[in-house]
Amino acid sequence: MSQLALREFHRFESAGREFVYLVPSAAVFMLDGPAAAVLGELGSGPVAEGELIGRLADRFPADELADTIAELRRVRAIGENGVSPRAQPKQMPPADFPLSTMVLNVTNQCNLSCTYCYEYGEDKIVDTENGKKPKFMSEETARESVDFMFRQAGANRYVHLTFFGGETLLNFPVLKSTLAYAVRRAAELGKQVDFSLTTNATLLRPEIIEWLADNKIGVTISIDGPKEMQDQFRVFKSGVGSYDIIAPKIRELLKQHRSRPIGARVTLTSQTLDVHRIYRHLTEDIGFHEVGFAPVTTSAVRGHAIGDGGFDRMLAQFRSLAGEFLEHALVNKHHGFSNVRETLEEIHKGMSKAYPCGAGLGLMGVSTDGDVALCHRFAGSDDHKLGTVRTGVDKLVQIGFLEKHHIDDKTDCRQCWARPLCSGGCYHEAHTRYGDTAQANLHYCEWIRGWTDTCLQIYGELAARNPGYFAQWNEEMNHEAPHVN
Amino acid sequence: MKHLTSINSKALRVERTIAGAGEPPATNTAARVDDVVALQQGPPQQPQAPHIPLGCTMIFSPGWETDSSGGTAGLCTPVERDLYDCHNGCFWPAQVPDQLNHAPDWTAKCAAAQKDWRKIDLVFP
Repeated sequence: MSQLALREFHRFESAGREFVYLVPSAAVFMLDGPAAAVLGELGSGPVAEGELIGRLADRFPADELADTIAELRRVRAIGENGVSPRAQPKQMPPADFPLSTMVLNVTNQCNLSCTYCYEYGEDKIVDTENGKKPKFMSEETARESVDFMFRQAGANRYVHLTFFGGETLLNFPVLKSTLAYAVRRAAELGKQVDFSLTTNATLLRPEIIEWLADNKIGVTISIDGPKEMQDQFRVFKSGVGSYDIIAPKIRELLKQHRSRPIGARVTLTSQTLDVHRIYRHLTEDIGFHEVGFAPVTTSAVRGHAIGDGGFDRMLAQFRSLAGEFLEHALVNKHHGFSNVRETLEEIHKGMSKAYPCGAGLGLMGVSTDGDVALCHRFAGSDDHKLGTVRTGVDKLVQIGFLEKHHIDDKTDCRQCWARPLCSGGCYHEAHTRYGDTAQANLHYCEWIRGWTDTCLQIYGELAARNPGYFAQWNEEMNHEAPHVN
Repeated sequence: MKHLTSINSKALRVERTIAGAGEPPATNTAARVDDVVALQQGPPQQPQAPHIPLGCTMIFSPGWETDSSGGTAGLCTPVERDLYDCHNGCFWPAQVPDQLNHAPDWTAKCAAAQKDWRKIDLVFP
């Protein structure tokens, strides 16, 4: 006798209603009374359809229940017990997948010595000291990189060029000439290019701010919060904190540069874990439009690493700030906690990822000598090189990477309901923690599931009370540049 | 659909796909329950996939026990898979490592046998 059983999904409640997030399709459905009851009853174990209807017969008419069961089967929320859904063949991206974002590491140098930095700190992977890589990217390499970007973009009309470092602004002359060259080439090729950069803000001056504003360059400032938090890790080589230098410069930038919203990017460590306070300071005292948080990437043994208890604390703080985001979104007001907005967008679109991010696929990083790597975090590392801007991408290496890092090959993720969004997490984080880019980031699974659940609840609440909020993501294409950190 | 409301874009696509496909093949499952296909009966496919029985009593599987020279080195189905199929998919008790005491992690890397059987290794004392 065949029995019905639950398939993979995550159930959540919001605004007094019941929802399911189906895995791996990433579809979100709202359940009515009978649907919720059927799933609830099956939660205690597989049951034959007839008996299931019998058990719920005092609450709902039998034909309603039969309809409900048929619908749940169709969306694959339930299925026949013991019959695993046939494994779908691994779907690889097309071999000519176009590049949409190139991150250009214009320099390896930095005027700060942030002790947690993945580029210079104890966990660095790129040899920047023994003269192997040039400290600054030359104009010529930058131009070759731009040519590479347009070639690699294939049929893509829109491309994003992100300048990164080191401290990006240490190589301002090359930024200027590269931007001009990219704009000219884009016009010749009938493409559109937009620009962004990440900086520590120490070198902002009127001339640079004007250039940023005139060219509509998206700016992300790396900053950790109020003075005592900023100065804990973000210090000059002398050990002096950088807050007093950057705060006035950032205020000036925010005043002058109105053509693109300016975001702050915060690195959370075990010593600076106060999300509310950081958010308040950066939005209300300084005036940032958006604030994005990410836990520091580091091996577990470092003092600033966020341990298990820290992830719980961080989740509680994220949840409470996300509640504030929800209050704003319900009345269509802006709130700058960008972590929520980004996750909500992915949920709304129903993204089900084969890879945690676009690294090595739609996004690539270029090091100062023109080597192409998975992303900016690996730029300059010989072990993670995909090619060079002159010779192009080595297809075999790229395909090998994509084969190996596909979600279908991450056994650890196979039972996890959050895998459509997480897909194992950052390659660089995995490399730093486990020495292997293909390893799932098991140290933050609980945190990812907790955070995804929070965002699903917010999504459900918005769906019930202000569905118009999602209209912003309903366009077919969104050309917004990704955040790079 | 009446009891489920599509909320996100993907749910809408699922709904449209289902509507486009008419009655889903899943409802035929009842008819297929009596259709003995050894131990493998996945949900019906569109178009329906051929039945491939898995399990040693239902099929002659060349290369299953010995290779052409009578040894096991050149099996077209590796011995690990043989062991695993008998252990996991078949009622027949197979000689497999003691997963309670000696080799609790023997199948740890094998979440889905049809994909991961290569990861099952021999256990050496």
